Amino acid sequence: MNNAPASPPVGAAASVESRWASPEMRARIRRRYGAERRFKAVGLIAVLMSVGFLAFLLGTMAWSGLSGFSQTRVALPVDFRGSGLSIDASSMTKAEAMAALNQQGLGDLLQLSATSAYGAQGESYFGTAAKESAAAAIYDDPSMLQRQVELVLPATSPIDVAAKGEGDAASEAAVARLEAADKLSSGLDTTFLSSADATDPTVAGIWGALKGSLLTMLVTLALAFPVGVLAAVYLEEYAPKNRLTDIIEVSINNLAAVPSIIFGLLALALFINAFGLCQGSPLVGGLTLALMTMPVIVIAGRNAIKAVPPSIRDAALGVGASRVQVVFHHVLPLALPGILTGTIIGMARALGETAPLLLVGMRAFVGGTPDGLCSSATVLPMQIFLWSDEVDRGFVENTSTAIIVLLIVLLSMNAAAIILRNRFEKRW
Amino acid sequence: MTTEPNTAPKMTARGVNVFYGDKQAIDDVSIDVYRDHVTAFIGPSGCGKSTFLRTLNRMNDTVAGARVTGDIRLDGEDIYAPEMDVVQLRARVGMVFQKPNPFPKSIFDNVAYGPKIHGLATSKSELEGIVESALTRAGLWGEVKDRLQDSGTALSGGQQQRLCIARAIAVDPETVLMDEPCSALDPIATAKIEELIHELRGRYAIVIVTHNMQQAARVSQRTAFFHLGKIVEYGATTDIFTNPREERTKDYITGRYG
Repeated sequence: MNNAPASPPVGAAASVESRWASPEMRARIRRRYGAERRFKAVGLIAVLMSVGFLAFLLGTMAWSGLSGFSQTRVALPVDFRGSGLSIDASSMTKAEAMAALNQQGLGDLLQLSATSAYGAQGESYFGTAAKESAAAAIYDDPSMLQRQVELVLPATSPIDVAAKGEGDAASEAAVARLEAADKLSSGLDTTFLSSADATDPTVAGIWGALKGSLLTMLVTLALAFPVGVLAAVYLEEYAPKNRLTDIIEVSINNLAAVPSIIFGLLALALFINAFGLCQGSPLVGGLTLALMTMPVIVIAGRNAIKAVPPSIRDAALGVGASRVQVVFHHVLPLALPGILTGTIIGMARALGETAPLLLVGMRAFVGGTPDGLCSSATVLPMQIFLWSDEVDRGFVENTSTAIIVLLIVLLSMNAAAIILRNRFEKRW
Repeated sequence: MTTEPNTAPKMTARGVNVFYGDKQAIDDVSIDVYRDHVTAFIGPSGCGKSTFLRTLNRMNDTVAGARVTGDIRLDGEDIYAPEMDVVQLRARVGMVFQKPNPFPKSIFDNVAYGPKIHGLATSKSELEGIVESALTRAGLWGEVKDRLQDSGTALSGGQQQRLCIARAIAVDPETVLMDEPCSALDPIATAKIEELIHELRGRYAIVIVTHNMQQAARVSQRTAFFHLGKIVEYGATTDIFTNPREERTKDYITGRYG
């Protein structure tokens, strides 16, 4: 080797080096790095914003709603001797005993005791909730009717609100006095979690609406899931690819985008006017929401089925599996995680839906817990809507607390979906 | 090794045309496949050899717009006759695909799936016997016998393809179709599959599509050269590779085009 043939490559290398090291090239590299940094920053800001909104939502709800789970109680000395109250706890049910006590003047006795303990305004400290709580206490321990006892009873809404720091001046003063006398306490509001709607915010509870929601979701799931999945399987695996199928596909996609109130109108005309099903019940509500959820499940199901690799279908067909066997042994199990995710998204949307239910009569005040698919009921978002309309400050708190309950139900549904999904993914 | 078959053909095709919509993919193909021979289909990409292979077990039925005319018989039975049960046909004419495609299930379940759906085993022990013999014939038993419950997708590419072969032969087919079974495998795995094809010969009629002419020469006794949807030449592999009658065959096998 001599130097002559070696020089051109060196020259070429030098020219290449100079090209890659030129100022334009460096500027280009700087711009590229700059663009990447900017994109990363913008993306991070977007993520932080959504996290911030979520934190703000949860924070405000927790701030104003968590106090709704607690209840302010006021101690009240009551002398039952000579009151003439008597029940037979062994033969009466709790409801019968409470009715009997009411009739025998338990309310008057409590008011009398309140005035003697706290003066004239003591009357306003105790209401329906206190009476029910006292009756329940007597039922649990009838022997107290022969003694003088100090009962710890739930306070009325103004006292409750004042104790939590938002009441009017008179109630604030009363709370201050009670506090000074060490008569004030608070505890978990079991009434809120176990009773239905009522006109008195201290008696009103979420259980009626929660049960209504659960029954409604049950109907929705029972109808929308099988119909949605079967429709998805048929459209994906069996339907001939022709105009009619295209029209059906477009219709289903459009159906998923129809405003929910229109489903309410449809349900009103169909289920109530034409079929004469029970108005304002979980059955009709569930059917209405099923109409709305079905297209979502069909679309999610089709996408999940489409995502199953064709090689798996070929493999199963190749060993002589029939179409149904291919679908049920291979395609559906592999598509199930995706189908479940879509179903949960649809169900979560249905759970938060209010508009269509307004039209099928689930708007009414329901003072009891629904005990069947055909009894009148309300649902969580509807309860929130109804309470938010009330003037009593006690209901404002109830509204926020109901929102927390709704969010908890939603989160547990999502958690259930994730657990189910992971289990199925592990099996395959 | 006899190059001319002395038995009746296992499968016969006469005047077969395949259309995808308006496009004709296969044009008047006639061929005999013999039980004791491995038949190789060679030809350039897109010449229709895979399409024709898929007509032999009616896998083209699943392709929208595909249409097959002509006469294809398995042991004299018209496989496109209306009374032919396509599900049973695919059990009798098994298939191994280009890309290994084990089910995302355990190794055992992969092989046991076919016998299960066809009711070939009446008891668990019988099923286990079938799985063992299929895996043994596929040359995989020694490698997987201690981990039959592991997922089939966790095996290496070559092992997956042998698992697919085991799955195909577990239902005791009469013919096995292989669609470029080694194109996704490394040379060592390819050699193992070729060895396996040698061992399976005689027990099943084997049809293999391949891009690799050395492979066709190594594993097959009869070779068909496809070009533009037609069979240019079909005959004993030794004749095709050493003494082709057609100019186009000669050009292809010597690498002048393809």
